[in-house]
Amino acid sequence: MTTTRPVSDWTSDFDVMDPDYVRSPFETWRMLRESCPIAHTNRRGSNWLPTRYEDVTAIAHDIEHFSSIEVGVIPFDGEEPDEPVLAYGLPPISADPPLHTWTRRLLLPWFSHRRVEGYEDLTRQLCRRLIECFVEDGRADAAADYAQQIPVRVISHILGVEEDLSDTFTGWVREVLEFADDAERSLHGMEGLLNYFVAEVERRRRGPGGDLLSELLRTEVDGQPIDDSIVMGAAALVLIAGIDTTWSAIGSSLWHLATHPEDRRRLVAEPEIWPLAIEELLRAYSPVTMARIVTGDVELNGCPMKAGDRILLSFPAANRDPEVFERPDEVVLDRAHNRHVAFGAGIHRCAGSNLARMELRVALEEWLAAIPEFRLEEGAEVTWAGGQVRGPRQLPVVFP
Amino acid sequence: MRIRVDPDKCQGHARCYGLAPELFDVDDYGTSSVVGDGTVPPELEAKARLAIANCPEFAIEELAPGP
Repeated sequence: MTTTRPVSDWTSDFDVMDPDYVRSPFETWRMLRESCPIAHTNRRGSNWLPTRYEDVTAIAHDIEHFSSIEVGVIPFDGEEPDEPVLAYGLPPISADPPLHTWTRRLLLPWFSHRRVEGYEDLTRQLCRRLIECFVEDGRADAAADYAQQIPVRVISHILGVEEDLSDTFTGWVREVLEFADDAERSLHGMEGLLNYFVAEVERRRRGPGGDLLSELLRTEVDGQPIDDSIVMGAAALVLIAGIDTTWSAIGSSLWHLATHPEDRRRLVAEPEIWPLAIEELLRAYSPVTMARIVTGDVELNGCPMKAGDRILLSFPAANRDPEVFERPDEVVLDRAHNRHVAFGAGIHRCAGSNLARMELRVALEEWLAAIPEFRLEEGAEVTWAGGQVRGPRQLPVVFP
Repeated sequence: MRIRVDPDKCQGHARCYGLAPELFDVDDYGTSSVVGDGTVPPELEAKARLAIANCPEFAIEELAPGP
């Protein structure tokens, strides 16, 4: 990973890859909300960082002035290929209407409440198998050995791709997202994913199945099959978007429970608070920041935004805004008023939110059922990734 | 108490369905709607208010009492 120049003024020269900010951005958001609620930087282009709930949700809803054509928090600064395989990016996340509208409708039924209920059993079995591998050891890396292992395998099942390749998928996704400021590495990850999907599309053409990829290839829009680059973009999106986002939420929640024994015990003792507790953990540890591109010069709360500027929509910062949430930096497991936007807001609301929520709940249920008491391993380091997706990458815990 | 979901505002967060499945239904595209004509039995009014207070899109509203 490239190193970042130290930040001396967060209001005019912020850097979301600053190591201290990645570890703990909360104090910075509080300071910015009070002094300069939409910060700016010229690092990696002209970028704005709104930190108040009202501004973040207003921008998310204003698709006329803020396009989703590039949603990466860290812009790709390598050389673009002349003829990109994904001519349409990763629709619907990187699309505006009308492409967004119909591609999103193709994906949504795969992640409906009813469908997601059908994935719960395999998720639970998977969690149990993972726990069995380390429960007798008295210690584990709750991020690497557990959280990171879950979503990729569930998504692989939905896409109809081989579970054996989970580690490889995970590697590609991390290169694309976590090493986004290393052009060579992010390109390597994207090429890996694309080559894989090109081969999978061919395989499905010869023998279609009941999986999402086969279904996309079968679908016709206005009497025409969908363009291959859209099929691959949508499939790659499902894989990318569902992996490190959900594992980050699982990992952060386990970090919280490892460091807050009273909350850990409350969850075990009061199962009726689970639905509220899951939403509260999603609020407090929202992993995902998405970008928007300013379509034409516009002023927002006195900030002169220029066409082409990037907005970093920090849903995590919005979710800790004291204007909307009482005691925002405290985890209140049974918080009743919790209008959080961990899954975004507006037309790009996370299409996989039902799946993510189920995976988070089942992962925590199974962990606490097997390991109700655990804590961080003394002297071992917890490491965090950030930028687009924030969550722990090493989380050594002990349960002697 | 009577409630409705504004289908133009609803973006499918499914928070209402998660909090009060007795009062809401969600279709395959995530769009929520009220069960029946949106009349809330007295014992579910607290749940209805919870759903209203948790919708990230402000899509649920309480209807004014009829004449």
